[in-house]
Amino acid sequence: MRREIPLIITGIVGVGFVIQYFIPHAPFSYMSDWFSDWFSIVGACAIVLGALNLMKMSAQKVIRKKKDWGYALVIIASFLLIVIIGLSEGKDFRVPGTRFDWLYNYMYIPLSATMFAILAFFVASASYRAFRARNFEATLLLVAAFFVMLGRVPVGDVLSGFMPEGWRLSDLASWVMNYPQSAGQRAIMIGIGLGIVSTSLRVILGIERSHIGGGK
Amino acid sequence: MSTKAKEILAITIIVIFCLIFYIRKVNGGEGILFSSLVAWLVIGAMVLSLVWILILTIRGRLISRRVVFIYVGIALALPLFMPFTQRIPISPEVRALYNSVETLKPGSKVLISFDFDPPSAPELQPMAESFIRLCFERDLKVIIMGLWPQGPQQANMALEKVLSDEKMKVKNLQYGEDYVNLGFQTGNEFVIQRMGSSFESMFPTDYRGTAYDSLPLVRNVKNFSNIDYSFNLSAGFPGSVEWVQIAVDRYGVQLGLGNTAVQAPQMYTYLNAGQITGILGGMNGGAEFEFLCKYKGKATKFMLSQSFAHMIVIAFIIIGNVAFFLGGRKSALKKS
Amino acid sequence: MRLPAILDRKACAAFFVVLIFLFLLVPNARSQGQAVKPDSIGRAISPDSLSPDLYPQAATRVEAIDTPNDAGESISISWKKSIDDYDGGKVKVYRIYRAEVVNGQPGEFKEVGDIPAGHDKYSFQDGNTVDGVEYFYKVLAVNQLRENNIATWEAVSETLPFGPIKSSAQWFDWRRINAFIGVIILSFFIIYFIQQAKSGKELFIRKIAGMEAVDEAVGRATEMGKKIYYVPGLSDMDNMQTIASINILGRVAELSATYETYLEVPVCRSMVMITAKEVVKEAYSKAGRPDTFQEDQVHYLTDDQFGYAAGIDGMVVREKPATIFYMGTFYAESLILAETGNSIGAIQIAGTAMPSQLPFFVAACDYTLIGEELFAASAYLSKEPKLIGSVKGQDIGKGIMLAAIVIGIILETFNIWNFSRLFSVID
Repeated sequence: MRREIPLIITGIVGVGFVIQYFIPHAPFSYMSDWFSDWFSIVGACAIVLGALNLMKMSAQKVIRKKKDWGYALVIIASFLLIVIIGLSEGKDFRVPGTRFDWLYNYMYIPLSATMFAILAFFVASASYRAFRARNFEATLLLVAAFFVMLGRVPVGDVLSGFMPEGWRLSDLASWVMNYPQSAGQRAIMIGIGLGIVSTSLRVILGIERSHIGGGK
Repeated sequence: MSTKAKEILAITIIVIFCLIFYIRKVNGGEGILFSSLVAWLVIGAMVLSLVWILILTIRGRLISRRVVFIYVGIALALPLFMPFTQRIPISPEVRALYNSVETLKPGSKVLISFDFDPPSAPELQPMAESFIRLCFERDLKVIIMGLWPQGPQQANMALEKVLSDEKMKVKNLQYGEDYVNLGFQTGNEFVIQRMGSSFESMFPTDYRGTAYDSLPLVRNVKNFSNIDYSFNLSAGFPGSVEWVQIAVDRYGVQLGLGNTAVQAPQMYTYLNAGQITGILGGMNGGAEFEFLCKYKGKATKFMLSQSFAHMIVIAFIIIGNVAFFLGGRKSALKKS
Repeated sequence: MRLPAILDRKACAAFFVVLIFLFLLVPNARSQGQAVKPDSIGRAISPDSLSPDLYPQAATRVEAIDTPNDAGESISISWKKSIDDYDGGKVKVYRIYRAEVVNGQPGEFKEVGDIPAGHDKYSFQDGNTVDGVEYFYKVLAVNQLRENNIATWEAVSETLPFGPIKSSAQWFDWRRINAFIGVIILSFFIIYFIQQAKSGKELFIRKIAGMEAVDEAVGRATEMGKKIYYVPGLSDMDNMQTIASINILGRVAELSATYETYLEVPVCRSMVMITAKEVVKEAYSKAGRPDTFQEDQVHYLTDDQFGYAAGIDGMVVREKPATIFYMGTFYAESLILAETGNSIGAIQIAGTAMPSQLPFFVAACDYTLIGEELFAASAYLSKEPKLIGSVKGQDIGKGIMLAAIVIGIILETFNIWNFSRLFSVID
């Protein structure tokens, strides 16, 4: 029964969701609302479990003085700081000018932005290491990348300013993005869409059950 | 010098620079700008050093990825102090988005969803500011919401900046009548789906806690059918894909997108299929939109950095390929 | 030249047959409203002090119907624009008013919405109705002067009320009939091939290089005596990619339990943590090593995208795992994770259905499962006939799509027939 009940729930909810897409009449029209509410409720409760797990692991690391326990201490301190200040501000914690807002603006934003900014460096190093004209196809990709990288920034048109209007690097980049790139994306997306339908059916029909700890 | 010592040296230099700029900013100092001569000298030095790296590579000495990082850092930072301006070419997808907003009549209701957080703000915030500015200039009514918890906060920052402009102050724009921030709602794509039947069920109060019914702008907005145009600023999930699949495909919403550069290529498929009216892709898209709006914002300011960074990446790809071909030739010689 | 005409006639005939069928089947769509009332005459309701020249002509031909293909509680109102509605004309905005029926006559009218003037066609959806209740509607053409964003005066002309009309829900959304047929066909083929596989028919599945390398990757970690990291992506359990990832995790965990190699799964969603923990525990039991399973193997980091990326990067740099799996939904953090893993020399296998992240994984990882391969991986690893059967059915679906694309290209390129409308879901 430990596996059968989840499978039955999955089957009923899955079929119900497919039906509600085609039948706008009640009770199907309410189904997505009910399930989205349930998902939000379960998700909100699960966040507590996640936070507790993080705290438990970090606290164990600090108490037992495991390797790199200093990082765990930073996690605990940051977590407590945000939670305590957020709770002390009440329901207006997000209003500009609060202490929480200060933390958001001057700690969270720069830290997050820094992580995202690292991407620029990694793109460069990955391109340097992996972008090679190994064969004809790779060379074609490399040439397209050159045109797009130059055409997507103003300097591309500075370099190709001698070309007639409509034939400059920015136009070439637009063409690459709109046609070959778009066609490739579509092919991948169609495959993904079909893969999602197939996997969903496997899950709804109870054939795929590894995610509930079942399977062969 | 050990790696540790190098790291400490690099961090110290960065901290000193940050302190200098911070103290200047606090004291109301003006931004530093190189003269054209200095700027050209800096560019020349960079080109020469790249040639030197190429020579080293030909000689068989490959550079480490840290050197690439340093060059990217320099290419991004130094152009901020250069006096050059660039002509920004307008791509058809950006123009299409601008035109779709231009065709809206004064008083039309525009829904803007802020589905991003601070990490992607450098790319998306300039788009948000210029789009809101354009809406207000054209007397459009702006309804803001967010599927990401930090989205409405980013919206407030954009509103604050736009409303502080003298041109906007003259318009005497009123919260609740001309613009409203409905805040964040959890539930990802389900929020969009439920907004198809009722906005109020998802946003019973606005960001400030005012009841939906008490806001004159949205009092009669029941669902998407009462919205004239929608603009989505997205950095991931939930975001543009969900807006297209639900709001556009199910409810026929007119949608424009503002995406991070990484995400934008995927959205071209929707553009060509007529599901969206236009895309602002990355910083470049933002700069193009600012140009059309006749407003010089951060995106325009940062385009020089982006141009330099792209050139540096291209230079390193060339160097990497030189190394590859030389390596291949050597291995071929060895085989023979 | 005759071919398009024939096709068009056939298409028109088919269209009318479908229309009549719809009309019979879905009587609610239009029948609730009465015959269209005669065009209205303008009537001013603004203060008398205003000059008569300021009053616009009223809108005409107001019609209201029960919104078709919906869940009820909605009435669609349309009208023809006022003759004073042009660029710089007197009409600035239209306001829509509604009244409930009292003794067969309209009761008190209340505003339900407004639409700025300047369009060629006008329609408005009143989504605040109660099913079964009868309503009257009227449209007001408004001229106004706004100073400092405040209306100083308004001159209004209104139409005669239209009604009574009531809203109701429909039993089928006919705009989605094409999607319905698509789902039926695809599901049929998938279920058919699952049945074929069940009956013992051998089905071929091509090699997936990334999955072939799983044994080697786990073995390498065992030889080096280092950890394996499994990163299940950013999405929650409501995303199919995460479910596919968790399915693969089960197989990887079984293998690592067999080889007695430590597997660590840092997650960014609490519900994924709970599920992944169950799956890993089950896999260890299946491998006959339940004693080696540790609760902390699967642990939560943060819901924040870049916080999660920073957390994993830190762990990777400090602990230098021998093997890293990235399976599931990834966004801009994909390259940050994969490049860090690459820098410590780990063998990396990635799989995602996020088209924009695939180039990054291909550049930085040893093997990448592209799009649908991620969904097929579970079938591939388990070799279970039923699962492979579903992959076969999916391939037939792809064949149909390819055929439709080829037919569409021919018909549309030579302007023979508007084939793409068969796939349209937007009105």
